[in-house]
Amino acid sequence: MSAQPPLIDISGLSVGFRGRSGAMLPVLHEVDLAVCRGESVGIVGESGSGKSTLALAAMGYLRHGLARLGGAARFDGQDMFALAPPALARIRGGKLGLIPQNSGQALTPTQRIGTQIAEALRLHCDHDPATHRTRARDLLAQVRLPDPDTILRRYPHELSGGQQQRVAIAMALAGEPEALLLDEPTTGLDVTTQAHILALLRGLARERDMAMVYVSHDLGVIAQVCDRVHVLYAGETVLAGPARSVLTAPSHPYAAALLAAIPRLGARTLPRALDGRPPTPDIPRTGCAFAPRCALATDDCRAAPPPMAETRDGQRARCLYPEKVASPAPSESTAPGAATDGPPLLSTRALSVRYDSPGLLARLRGTPRPPATVEGIDLTLRHGETLGLVGESGSGKSTILRAIAGLLPPASGRIALEDGTDLATSAERRRPETLRRIQMIFQNPDESLNPRQSVGDILAQPLRLYFGLHGQPCHDRAAELLETVRLGAHYLDRLPGQLSGGEKQRVAVARAFAAGPEAVLCDEITSALDVSVQAAVLELLGDLKARHGTGFIFVSHDLTVVRALSDRVAVLYQGRICEAGPTEAVFAPPHHPYTDVLLGAVLAPDPDHAPRLLAEDAVELAPPARGCPFQRRCPVKRGAICETDTPPARQTADGHVIHCHIPLDELHALEGKQAAS
Amino acid sequence: MSGAALSTAGRARGVLRDMMARPSGAIGLTLVTLHLALALASPWIVPYDYKSMDATGTLTGPSAAHWLGTDHLGRDVLTRVMLGGREALVITGIATPVAMIWGGLTGVWLGLRGGWPDEVAMRVVDAFLALPGILPLLVLITVFGTGGEVLLPTLAFFFGIPVIRVARAAAHEVVARDFVSAARARGHRPFDIVRREILPNVTDTLLVEGAMRWSWMLLGFSALSFLGFGVAPPRPDWGLMVSDARVYMSLAPLGVIAPVVALSTLIIGINLTADALAKTLGLDRSRKAVI
Repeated sequence: MSAQPPLIDISGLSVGFRGRSGAMLPVLHEVDLAVCRGESVGIVGESGSGKSTLALAAMGYLRHGLARLGGAARFDGQDMFALAPPALARIRGGKLGLIPQNSGQALTPTQRIGTQIAEALRLHCDHDPATHRTRARDLLAQVRLPDPDTILRRYPHELSGGQQQRVAIAMALAGEPEALLLDEPTTGLDVTTQAHILALLRGLARERDMAMVYVSHDLGVIAQVCDRVHVLYAGETVLAGPARSVLTAPSHPYAAALLAAIPRLGARTLPRALDGRPPTPDIPRTGCAFAPRCALATDDCRAAPPPMAETRDGQRARCLYPEKVASPAPSESTAPGAATDGPPLLSTRALSVRYDSPGLLARLRGTPRPPATVEGIDLTLRHGETLGLVGESGSGKSTILRAIAGLLPPASGRIALEDGTDLATSAERRRPETLRRIQMIFQNPDESLNPRQSVGDILAQPLRLYFGLHGQPCHDRAAELLETVRLGAHYLDRLPGQLSGGEKQRVAVARAFAAGPEAVLCDEITSALDVSVQAAVLELLGDLKARHGTGFIFVSHDLTVVRALSDRVAVLYQGRICEAGPTEAVFAPPHHPYTDVLLGAVLAPDPDHAPRLLAEDAVELAPPARGCPFQRRCPVKRGAICETDTPPARQTADGHVIHCHIPLDELHALEGKQAAS
Repeated sequence: MSGAALSTAGRARGVLRDMMARPSGAIGLTLVTLHLALALASPWIVPYDYKSMDATGTLTGPSAAHWLGTDHLGRDVLTRVMLGGREALVITGIATPVAMIWGGLTGVWLGLRGGWPDEVAMRVVDAFLALPGILPLLVLITVFGTGGEVLLPTLAFFFGIPVIRVARAAAHEVVARDFVSAARARGHRPFDIVRREILPNVTDTLLVEGAMRWSWMLLGFSALSFLGFGVAPPRPDWGLMVSDARVYMSLAPLGVIAPVVALSTLIIGINLTADALAKTLGLDRSRKAVI
């Protein structure tokens, strides 16, 4: 660390809110954070750990209902909580920039990008307004947006998520900031986009010698961009230290557990779940906040809160037994077996889905229809097998699931059950018995659970519908189902709003299993969850699969999760299958160029791992009319043939299929070259 | 399930408490409660018979015997004002829920069904909404005659039409959510989906809408009475009283002012209540923190 005074200096900060009982409940508990110029610090923790509150407090801002109980937050020597509003307003957005979560959506939808950047310039610069246009163009060039003049004239909805995020970064740069606060800067972006944005941020920090504070639940992101890491648990810093040592040999059991909960691309084992949940602020503290979930906890831990102490490699941790904390080891829990050769349970043949419907005029004129959103999908799910569907947003993964579930009638193609009978296109026309056998779990449990129904009512729906259960038997069965997802019977009377994200998703899993299904369709079911909770849900699915022999179609944008869970994988781009086969084969070379791009962009919680940025993170709104779906972004495009001819299906030696014009041995050679460069 | 029933009752109590904590809710609920109490008790507490005429004392000002004076037939204005809201409250009190139920269910069903029935029904609704509200009412009443048995269904029908639009919009928002997709994918009948998934989530909107509709219906009813299509004389009614007394407004202004004040306070009370209800329900209670 340098000798200069820290730019952002938070010391002993405690923040709390008044609970229903009238007592002051702490959200942050005597937290220290110091960030110097040119330094990047990551704040990590589960949701509710107070990490966003801490970042906002650095600006002297507290969310409604929160109050400062003690401590100070200084920026460049000034006490942010004591400054007058005009002085505060000059610093915020000026010298101290904030890039909020989902900042793309924070852009005003009715204003052109140029107007919005000009506004940021007007507020925070003394430049002549005539130069704003040039400045805005400079800023867009700095965030590496191609063709800034066009972008300035666009509206936010005309940009991709990654481009919106770049514009938000450009606006934060307008005030010539000396420090940037980034709240989950890449959450919700595709992996390839995420890797590009992080590379950009890292470059900007170096060029401008800025202090950066990253708030993220994703240790992979932190590993990419941060020099130091603070791990927050229940509003307390439990571990702080250099990123490299924290991520490789953490000296606090919570950090070790978080690391173990991350699925890794290299390992085909399920991540290890972290049991329990963080304490709520209303529980009075006696000992270490993490003790109830800690395997190392002793009576000493529960008696008094451990002090912050030097441990090893420059780390400081709040733990009595830092030497006992083992480096994260992968769990031995149910790794998926080799792909089974069981009888097919569910299959689709040449499935295609369209969202557009041509108007009368277009039909009369004979205007050619745009290519189908999803086309030519052949999938087979066998009994007791997990089929992973991977792809970025817009790849049609969820569309396929909805078509199989009967929620979205396909334009053509067949969906068949094992006996070969075709399923009706819409759920309303399928037989109850058929519907029972296929259940779906949705991405966001806030959306898929009716907020007005108690957990008991939610679970009673399928029980009543498929088994005619009422009254006590229904209640008993619902309680039993809650046990299988490791929730107690006392949850029956709760409303979804009273559950945490992970608990809600478990209820959704229990509801799907209430039907006794043979195939379960999982639509990004862990993407809204914390890593620790994600690991628990994945473990639960593995468990249920082993116990009931259920087949899963598991849709995810996260390659590591898919790899950990799936027996077979299909990689989708723009609604077309690029590559499909047994998981091991798909994740081993040769790859389809798109799979290669995806794999290269995956982040690992390892400071030595750098993602490879191959393709541009451009957005594609519609698939190309002819040829290969990936033609426009492919880094190894062959030329005209890719634009005109549908790529042939090439079968590899290890039993998987790649749809590409490039012969397999050449693909293999290309990847070797790119990895080396 | 019993847990759900319990929570519904508990929720209603909580909503009532929150409403009383707001100035608008406290004033509104007090006004509405006073009016309802007066309407219930008035037959027993009025000082005179509403029909008894006094040819010697017409259009008198306020006096000890007649606090609000007498009308052009020498009838006690206070008596008639106290009784004048009863018929309006009974008819609109029944017609409003009927309008809410038929309009609400139709709207929710259209919102779930979508497609051509939705399109056709909404154009019909548009056509009705384009007409000045009172006109179709007058036509029906001219054809079928006045009286509660005609007024009630007529009001319930016409005031239910705009409810369709509101209920459909509210249902649309719910139908797009995944828990409705989940119910469809499980294969529940549309009736079950409406009852279990959609209705509980649109009830709040419909309750607030119902309170507003009630006040509009009261105004509509009084307008009909004023025009002579509502309550038949000599029965007392605020609209009718205004109509009768307006000719003598310069001689006995209280004959107009008293029923107008009575009607206004009731409508203001209902509007304030609706406002407080909307604000209270707007803060979704199922998402409130447990700590």
